Amino acid sequence: MFGSHNKKRPNNLVIGRMYDYHVLDMIELGIEKFVSLKDIKNSKCPEGTKPMLIFAGNDFDVTEDYRRLKSLLIDFFRGPTVSNIRLAGLEYVLHFTALNGKIYFRSYKLLLKKSGCRTPRIELEEMGPSLDLVLRRTHLASDDLYKLSMKMPKALKPKKKKNISQDTFGTTYGRIHMQKQDLSKLQTRKMKGLKKRPMEKIAEDQERKSKRMKKN
Amino acid sequence: MEGQSVEELLAKAERDEADKLQRITVHKELELEFDLGNLLASDRNPPSGLRHGEPNPEAELRALARDNTQLLINQLWQLPTERVEEALVARLPEPTTRLPREKPVPRPRPLTRWQQFARLKGIRPKKKTNLVWDEVSGQWRRRWGYQRARDDTKEWLIEVPGSADPLEDQFAKRIQAKKERVAKNELNRLRNLARAHKMRLPSSAGMHPTGHQSKQELGRALQVAKVSTASVGRFQERLPKEKAPRGSGKKRKFQPLFGDFAAEKKSQLEMLRVMNSKKPQLDVTRATNKQMREEDQEEAAKRRKTSQKGKRKGGRQGPGGRRKGGPPNQGGKRKGGFGGKMNSGPPGMGGKRKGGQHQGGRRRK
Repeated sequence: MFGSHNKKRPNNLVIGRMYDYHVLDMIELGIEKFVSLKDIKNSKCPEGTKPMLIFAGNDFDVTEDYRRLKSLLIDFFRGPTVSNIRLAGLEYVLHFTALNGKIYFRSYKLLLKKSGCRTPRIELEEMGPSLDLVLRRTHLASDDLYKLSMKMPKALKPKKKKNISQDTFGTTYGRIHMQKQDLSKLQTRKMKGLKKRPMEKIAEDQERKSKRMKKN
Repeated sequence: MEGQSVEELLAKAERDEADKLQRITVHKELELEFDLGNLLASDRNPPSGLRHGEPNPEAELRALARDNTQLLINQLWQLPTERVEEALVARLPEPTTRLPREKPVPRPRPLTRWQQFARLKGIRPKKKTNLVWDEVSGQWRRRWGYQRARDDTKEWLIEVPGSADPLEDQFAKRIQAKKERVAKNELNRLRNLARAHKMRLPSSAGMHPTGHQSKQELGRALQVAKVSTASVGRFQERLPKEKAPRGSGKKRKFQPLFGDFAAEKKSQLEMLRVMNSKKPQLDVTRATNKQMREEDQEEAAKRRKTSQKGKRKGGRQGPGGRRKGGPPNQGGKRKGGFGGKMNSGPPGMGGKRKGGQHQGGRRRK
């Protein structure tokens, strides 16, 4: 981030990011109105809290410039990636609104109030710096360079779960692969009445022996 | 009577619920998009109340922010939670927004010397058990590492072999041998690493920081140093017995445009003869070498495939027949030595050589 002030470009702020030791994107924003932390007199939240980011306005998806700006701001403000977060520690909200060619950046402190159910009701208190920004010049990376920078190595790609499929109704099907079964050794229900009695067994054996003799 | 009161109670309960939920519900035309891994919410609705270009839209912005934050918090509170040291902690999913990386994706590393060799020969790592039964201690011990099963260095008795000096310290000898092996392994590891990073490292004069360099590397460093003068090494003297370096001189040699007419005529006619002849001219040595290399690779690939398929089916078919017959590769890879060394070769290899000479391809069964 780089700030400057000259006669031609008053109150300039440049945000950029790098890829492979070269500049990927740079966006120049002009500050129209600025209210600092010190001007707003109330308690602040501790430094280093992971902020919540909210982007309002359909401009952020329509123009390519605004889309890159959104991605840049997310990258800039999001903080470290964590897997768990303490719900009571969510205190800080950054709200970006794109309106009439201006971008309003406001930061609020979160107050959780009791509501009847588990989810609390939110009250906001304006806390931090607020800026009214205007988009000036942009230096965006070409499409293929951007695509290259977004490439993820194979290890980070989410692994597909094999042998699970869903049909159109939403029923999940799984596939199990079994080894070959020896059907003669299948365990079925035992019907006592069909049990071979010793006399019958001997008779069968004799039959088999005689068959073998005939063949030989 | 009771029925009525029950209905009333139910209605009242419903109204209470609705009231409670009212405090946290927000009505929006378009649903927001959430990326909870980044604690991000995107609102696509055009902000309606602020269109007029008011000088101070703070209150509206605040209301909009409050609504959006309420929705985001609703989503966050629905995540699975756990209690960690008397604090309620929610488990966040992976962030879904794709952001560009800072550095490019790492390139695949080149194979190490062993990996290349193993790939060529089709050698695959044998699956070994983690623990080995140790007779001496009477328990299962590691195959290598701390408290391993057969530890050479922990022996209390070493027999002096007949050929060794009786005053030599066998224990010290063993420890020294181990140190040397470790150092050699480390050197090879570093060399593999250097090979992997060869492209990245700046090709400086080529001097190694530790001073251990091979003869070729030193030679190359010397060359580079010689040429890095203002006159590109033209006036650098060579040492009395130093030979000209390999690979210097013109990269391509062209025949003069007109010179030896007889030689030119001969070469052109030879070329025409080759082109016209019905039989293809075969360079026997090159053909056999190529064939051998191909066969090696094919067999290695086939063995890899069968083992993979076998593993999947739950049983290995066993490697397809191992070739018998000594070190045949060494015999074949000596280029251009076939015809000349026919008579002076070892008797055992005579048969193979003969086969190689007549039929270029078939050299073993």
